[in-house]
Amino acid sequence: MSAVIKKSAPIKLWKFHGGVHPPFHKDESNQTPITFAGIPAQLVLPLQQHIGIEAEPCVHVGDSVYKGQIIASANKIGLSANIHAPTSGKVSAIEEKPLPHISGLSGLCIVIETDGKDKWDESKLESYVDYENKDTKKLLERIEQAGIVGLGGATFPTAVKVAGSLNEKQVKTLIINGAECEPYITCDDRLMRDKSAEIISGIGILQTMLKPEKCLIAIEDNKPEAIEALRLACQEDSNITVVPIPTLYPSGGEKQLIEILTGQQVPANGLPLDIGLMGINIGTVYSIYKSVIEGEPLLSRIVTITGNGINKPQNLEVLIGTSFNYLAEQAGGYTKMADHLIMGGPMMGFALENDQIPIVKATNCALISSTTMLSESNSEYADQPTLPCIRCGKCMDVCPVKLLPQQMYWHIRAKDFEKTLDHNINDCIDCGCCSYVCPSHIPLVDYFRFAKTEIRNQEIATQKSDLSRDRHEFLLFRKERDKRERDEKRAAHKAALQKKKAEAGKNGDATKDPNKDSKADAIKAAMARAKAKKQERSKKESETKDEI
Amino acid sequence: MKFKTDTSPFFGSNSNVSRVMLQVILALIPGTLMMFYIYGWGILINVVVAIVFAVALETLALIIRKRPILPFLYDLSAIVTAWLLALSLPPLMPWWILLIGIFFAIIIAKHLYGGLGYNPFNPAMIGFAVLIVSFPFEMSQWIQNGQLGSTLPSLIESLNMVFSSVATPDWDAITMATPLDEVKTGLRAGTAYAEIAQQKQFSLTSWIYISVAFAIGGAWLLYKKIIHWQIPASMIGTLAIFSGIMYLYSPETFASPLLHIFGGATVLGAFFIATDPVSASTTPTGKLIYGASIGFFIYVIRVWGNYPDAIAFAVLIMNMAVPLIDYYTQPRVYGHRSSTLPSKKIEGKKS
Repeated sequence: MSAVIKKSAPIKLWKFHGGVHPPFHKDESNQTPITFAGIPAQLVLPLQQHIGIEAEPCVHVGDSVYKGQIIASANKIGLSANIHAPTSGKVSAIEEKPLPHISGLSGLCIVIETDGKDKWDESKLESYVDYENKDTKKLLERIEQAGIVGLGGATFPTAVKVAGSLNEKQVKTLIINGAECEPYITCDDRLMRDKSAEIISGIGILQTMLKPEKCLIAIEDNKPEAIEALRLACQEDSNITVVPIPTLYPSGGEKQLIEILTGQQVPANGLPLDIGLMGINIGTVYSIYKSVIEGEPLLSRIVTITGNGINKPQNLEVLIGTSFNYLAEQAGGYTKMADHLIMGGPMMGFALENDQIPIVKATNCALISSTTMLSESNSEYADQPTLPCIRCGKCMDVCPVKLLPQQMYWHIRAKDFEKTLDHNINDCIDCGCCSYVCPSHIPLVDYFRFAKTEIRNQEIATQKSDLSRDRHEFLLFRKERDKRERDEKRAAHKAALQKKKAEAGKNGDATKDPNKDSKADAIKAAMARAKAKKQERSKKESETKDEI
Repeated sequence: MKFKTDTSPFFGSNSNVSRVMLQVILALIPGTLMMFYIYGWGILINVVVAIVFAVALETLALIIRKRPILPFLYDLSAIVTAWLLALSLPPLMPWWILLIGIFFAIIIAKHLYGGLGYNPFNPAMIGFAVLIVSFPFEMSQWIQNGQLGSTLPSLIESLNMVFSSVATPDWDAITMATPLDEVKTGLRAGTAYAEIAQQKQFSLTSWIYISVAFAIGGAWLLYKKIIHWQIPASMIGTLAIFSGIMYLYSPETFASPLLHIFGGATVLGAFFIATDPVSASTTPTGKLIYGASIGFFIYVIRVWGNYPDAIAFAVLIMNMAVPLIDYYTQPRVYGHRSSTLPSKKIEGKKS
């Protein structure tokens, strides 16, 4: 029955605006199955491997740690995720180290000297093989504990994403993103081929929690083996459909994929959940499977190491915190052509200056390539300088968000950020299509990154000055108000006193307050008593004096 | 190990400005050959002389402006400008008139505004406008075309006519008016359009050949995605609609749409001149407005203005409106409800 439904009702596909077809270079690295990269002597684990706030370290220098032990716990005050020890060893330092960051920033990292025993924590998480009978809350707790974040690159804590739908909005369609549209990267491709059953179980866990009406697995049609593998694996489940989508960069962008599959657009400043959708990356699904069914938190991930700068391009399962250097050794070492080390793909990745940098949860690819290989497609003109924009509009034609890069570029050159903002620059997704096609070779994305940063800084500055102005105004207001209130009180007091006086003068003794009366009488009586006593005492004194 | 740092994307496609311009030049070839077939050597001499002047002046300007010379010559934009200007001029133009036209196109309209990419006006049309204002007589001297039975001057004769300073004695005998010019004069004199079209001298057929040849080149540019369809479609469409309405209203006193579309430089203008990316509107909706307005102005100027053809002035007028059009015709961005006008957005922000 299910198989019939699947074949008779193919999913209608839509198109997003623009997109490009760069050379994909997938075959270099997807020929061999995933192997384990091994345990390096040292692991460096940054506290910030997710969107949000740094995790808080909960171990000290010198502590022994076991595999799977939480070494930094999610910060309670905001978006954050746990970080675990990927293997057993000793914490040798907690210090600032260079991060895999576009600007080469440093950040606090926990350094573990591994002992090679790979010994599990005693309190290893219980495996929930019967996840279908588990409480959603318990499953969610597990995902949170396991420190799982979006492994497609966004690194948004998965538990928070899932919880969002449980609390507010129902997910109608769950979208599993196996598009992998970036050139060179094949980690999801290989994962889908090698671990298809595990991935389907992972989807099962998500279905148990989210109860979507249907689930779509989108895979670009340049990965026929992966499509076949998942189709076979999900035959039993009538709710899951594998959807091959046309190969076109950036179809794997969450918003673009949603448009391809549903024809809908995520509202500006909104979330996919606002239109009943949730997108989850293949790698994330696999780690959900591992955490729930095998009880293993996020300790490793699949990394593609590829390019003509490496001897044996392949996919490796790598412990988080392994250095790029170690990874390169495992892949046969560098060739003579290792000019660039890029984390991520050639369209959206960023260059690292050296390889003594740890692999983090977001690292899906290490592309090591010669300069000529990267500019292969335009080698004739590789040395051609950047020419002025001729407004040909090719960038506009390929922009998946339908922006006008040529106009934004113009306004940014003039530092007119208000106009740039009018052209919705904040909707730019940094995909790089505009730079890719530009016949004048203008690094448009760099301009847009610059402008976005600049606009954000301006906004922060405006907010700050607004806040301090508000505070100052409130201070003035408060001073004024306090003074006014004081004056009013004083005036009221005065008025009351005068009124009383006047009343007292007018009415005389006629209408005396009975209370006051009694009080006055009591006072009088007391005074009289005191007088009497005094007199008595003075009398006695005089008597005694007389006696003496 | 140290690696090079750079920013993404690390890939680039194989498109570049020279290739774009080269496609435009390729697309100009059918129309140019057709004009050569009909008007003889004068056309090719115009093109070659204009290109030589343009490259020389471009080099000079780059030297004076201290810009790298080879990359900017290699972009071929000067050649395209020269070629377009040469095609809009009558064949066998005296060389010094060509030089003046090219000077205004390259130096005044292009380099004084900042060179490639910075010119608000179409350089070739600035050159044309200067010439038609300054030399109205020379600009109307089209030689008799080969289609109508007269023999065309040979290459040597043509070179003589272009480079000698002495006016050719039998100039009048070999020249004739373009169809647009003829119709304009005829209608002003009170002759009915049908009657003018019957005259032996009327060369609309030749111009239809030329226009079709340019349209083939234009189709190539569309196919190669060098130009977008909006400007040619809206420009020719608007011109057809206006001339059609007026022709139906009074076929005696207004020329037929056929003449307006094929009888002059309309097709050349629609595919090659109005689509100059630097000076044209750049948004999809903007292009429609821009093209339609050019079509409208072409009709108005041709019918009620003083000049026989009107591509240059219509294009230049609309060049001025481009920044405004572009700002108010931004497409709807992904996830946004509508293409809210920028002004509204600012208001919203402030409130």
